[in-house]
Amino acid sequence: MSAPLPQFRLAAPRTVTEAVAAYRDHPGSRFIAGGTDLLVNMRRGIGNPTYLVDLSGIDELAEIRITDDGVTIGAGVTIAALAQNDVIVARYRALAQAAAAIAGPGHRTMGTVGGNLCLDTRCIYYNQSEWWRSANAYCLKNRGDSCHVAPQGQRCHAAFCGDVAPALLALGAEIDISGTRGTRRIFLSQLYVEDGKAHLALADGELVTAVHLPPDPPASAYAKIRTRAAIDFPLAGVAVALETSGADIVSLRLALTGTNSRPFLLAGTEAFAGRCIDDKLLNEVDRLVQKQVQPMRTTITSANYRRVAAAALARRLITTLGTAGAA
Amino acid sequence: MHAPGPEAKKRLLRLRVNGRWREDAVSETALLVDYLREVAHLTGTKTGCDGGECGACTVLVDGEAVPSCITLAVRCEGRSVETIEALATQGRLGRLQRAFHEKLGAQCGFCTPGMIMAAEALLRHNPQPTDDEIRAALSGNLCRCTGYVKIIESVKAATETVHDR
Ligand SMILES: Cc1cc2nc3c(=O)[nH]c(=O)nc-3n(C[C@H](O)[C@H](O)[C@H](O)COP(=O)(O)OP(=O)(O)OC[C@H]3O[C@@H](n4cnc5c(N)ncnc54)[C@H](O)[C@@H]3O)c2cc1C
Ligand code: SF4
Ligand code: FES
Ligand code: FES
Repeated sequence: MSAPLPQFRLAAPRTVTEAVAAYRDHPGSRFIAGGTDLLVNMRRGIGNPTYLVDLSGIDELAEIRITDDGVTIGAGVTIAALAQNDVIVARYRALAQAAAAIAGPGHRTMGTVGGNLCLDTRCIYYNQSEWWRSANAYCLKNRGDSCHVAPQGQRCHAAFCGDVAPALLALGAEIDISGTRGTRRIFLSQLYVEDGKAHLALADGELVTAVHLPPDPPASAYAKIRTRAAIDFPLAGVAVALETSGADIVSLRLALTGTNSRPFLLAGTEAFAGRCIDDKLLNEVDRLVQKQVQPMRTTITSANYRRVAAAALARRLITTLGTAGAA
Repeated sequence: MHAPGPEAKKRLLRLRVNGRWREDAVSETALLVDYLREVAHLTGTKTGCDGGECGACTVLVDGEAVPSCITLAVRCEGRSVETIEALATQGRLGRLQRAFHEKLGAQCGFCTPGMIMAAEALLRHNPQPTDDEIRAALSGNLCRCTGYVKIIESVKAATETVHDR
């Protein structure tokens, strides 16, 4: 038999209001959606929730709605459903590509958009068995006193490795959040904090309920590098949204995952408006990426490899989108 | 290892396993793979890793291939779960089982139940998949013996047989 999970109770709310109330009434709660991240960690003795609030039975979270105002994707929509949605595939290309590149087919069937956006951060010293971590005196992120990656520091550098977030950031997504104090809407970029131990700006008991994308998106694409072509999380992932007029750039937005403790939009790309895509521009993008990513030794590959690979992905995606746009 | 939490409650779980409805008292914290192996005594489903990495535990839930080692059993309430044991009927191997046997798709056999269930889900949606489609559908299943070539050939062979299932 598998090592037993910590003892918890499970609540199965039917509405967001019930889910918020169930969490509020039980200190030590966690939300569970597909469970493909949470249960893996719990099986390794990470986190010890005493109460799980199951979001999978909430119908209002499971819908993709397409209107004149854009697209609304419920947090409970599965990764597989997202990857196969006709409108997403045809118009929000980066998002469909990111979803299709997540984990393996079984994880995509179970995993959700909300779980992917709120994924725990990752590190080779953290995603290990209880036994392994205890033999290494744990680490700052969970039960330990120091970080094995940057022992002098007091910060955890575990990397955010969700694939959906960069695609949504490049496409200008906003998200809805519900909690005991009501609902709020923020830009997705405001959800994330550069801290591997506390990377989500959610108050205790708040959950993400939906993602909104504006209508008429520009052309977009997503690519990631990983050790194997399936199953593996991104060592670096890049999403680009590019609007052109003739050979000129109207707007270029680029977002990254896998390199920092948060997914983030590359700063400084507004300056590219009006320029054409040439070697000079690609070199400038390359420099911006290499300057802004902060990979640390949290994966089996070196930090510098991830830095250079992220820049290479950025160049490649912009070139491909530019060529397709000009054709 | 874990600090004691509240006593997990047992629940009456009603679900269909390999076509038959059954009811069992199951802990809310039980994983589907443990329920299948320990309670339903269906030991064909294997555990190959410490959670979600290898696909050996793949079963069908409502026809979709999922890893049963990161699925809570009680979340299968009212659903249909199918395991490798469902594929042989009246002592006759199913078409995928036979093809894996004949084309040497199994060596040690540990990944085989998961491979076959993932392939079964594929063939139900897509009876004539291309090699790339087979590779994609099995991309969450690891094998340490065969090098995968024989596995792809086995699934391909199963699509070419005309059988009862
Ligand atoms: C072997 C393996 C490979 C993987 N590879 C990848 C990969 O390549 N790329 C990738 O992106 N992911 C990968 N994953 C992780 C995971 O499968 C996906 O990210 C999935 O989308 C997570 O969604 P979930 O619903 O299963 O999350 P859960 O495990 O249910 O939840 C994850 C976290 O989010 C919280 N949460 C869930 N829903 C909400 C909500 N609505 N509001 C607030 N908090 C919420 C939970 O409390 C938990 O902390 C992999 C997982 C495994 C096991
Ligand atoms: S970066 Fe340091 S503190 Fe964070 S998980 Fe890795 S070893 Fe632990
Ligand atoms: S045992 Fe379930 S994925 Fe390895
Ligand atoms: S046959 Fe041995 S692991 Fe696949």
